[in-house]
Amino acid sequence: MNTITHHIPEPILAAYAAGALEHPFALVVATHLSLCDDCRASFGAHEVLGGALLEDTAPEALSPDLKSGLMELLDTPFEPEPVFRRSGAYPGPVMAALKGRPPRWKRLGGGVRQTILSAGEAGSARLLYIPAGQAVPDHGHNGLELTLVLQGSFSDEAGQFRVGDVEIADDTLEHTPVAGAGADCICLAATDAPLRFSSLIPRLLQPIFRI
Amino acid sequence: MSEQTLWMIAVRDNRDKAAFAALFDFFAPRLKHFVMRGGIGSGQAEEVVQEVMLTVWRKAAMFDPERAQVSSWIYQIARNRQIDKMRRENRPLPEALAHEPESEPDAGQVVALEQETSQLKRALARLKPEQREMIEKAYLGELTHQQIKHQTGLPLGTIKSRIRLGLDRLRHELKSIREP
Ligand SMILES: [Zn+2]
Repeated sequence: MNTITHHIPEPILAAYAAGALEHPFALVVATHLSLCDDCRASFGAHEVLGGALLEDTAPEALSPDLKSGLMELLDTPFEPEPVFRRSGAYPGPVMAALKGRPPRWKRLGGGVRQTILSAGEAGSARLLYIPAGQAVPDHGHNGLELTLVLQGSFSDEAGQFRVGDVEIADDTLEHTPVAGAGADCICLAATDAPLRFSSLIPRLLQPIFRI
Repeated sequence: MSEQTLWMIAVRDNRDKAAFAALFDFFAPRLKHFVMRGGIGSGQAEEVVQEVMLTVWRKAAMFDPERAQVSSWIYQIARNRQIDKMRRENRPLPEALAHEPESEPDAGQVVALEQETSQLKRALARLKPEQREMIEKAYLGELTHQQIKHQTGLPLGTIKSRIRLGLDRLRHELKSIREP
């Protein structure tokens, strides 16, 4: 396992542990936790705190038949939830978002491709495929963007990002990521607002591509 | 080892219903209060409690006392259930770490984790009421991540060092699991 140098910031991790993070970002955090022992340990510490608060909570009276009803359910057969395992560059949470199928890439131009994993009011999550050595068109952000490398690497004004690394960008960062030479780069990216591309794709087409 | 841990191991290894009932008696009323703070009524809260406790029974094989306290484990199950229910979407979860269910837990590890947790609880008890309130709000999911970002500096001060302790230990454990 290579060394991860760009981690999930503590407040975002705390928000994930508390369930306060919107779905697209939660997907990036869950994927990073699948790759990073440091952040998993930190997440574990947040869970300990959540558990301590739960133990400390004042008890609330239960309906008298709640317990007996539950005890009767214990022996009923049940379907275990499907477990999505890592496949190639895609960790379990990404495979779950892909519903176990390989990504269906759509061309964005310049050899760059994307697969939308989720898009809604809470923002969007997608996979980006950037050929080795290729630049992603210069873009700024209207809101928060988390980008996690799954394969290859990319570099921009903020540094170099390898497998497992997460770049946190907000509306102050105008950046031009370039995929590293050698391997095509695959990223998981989450945004809470549409990206503003300053070139390549006219603004009018953006709703169609959902980028 | 704490009573809770022993009950949970009995549920996991022996499908012990009396031990499960003991866990229910402790956690269910607290879970109900916890869930109701999220703004749902008594009836719906009991549905969530029932689902959470049923998940505890069904997924008991995943419980690893060397890595998680019973309360931390149940806390995450409750958060997952609540989010799935409120947002009608599945909360993305990290890959489960492999562990050998057959092997005896390392009692030293389990007890060390319990001791750190009680230190953490003492640190919690020493907080000023308004700091405590903020922590509760954050971990009950009542704050957005932007709010947490602006608040953590304030109330987490004393607790941070405790988290760090737990963090170091957990990191060690994870390392030994990954590199046996
Ligand atoms: Zn990390």
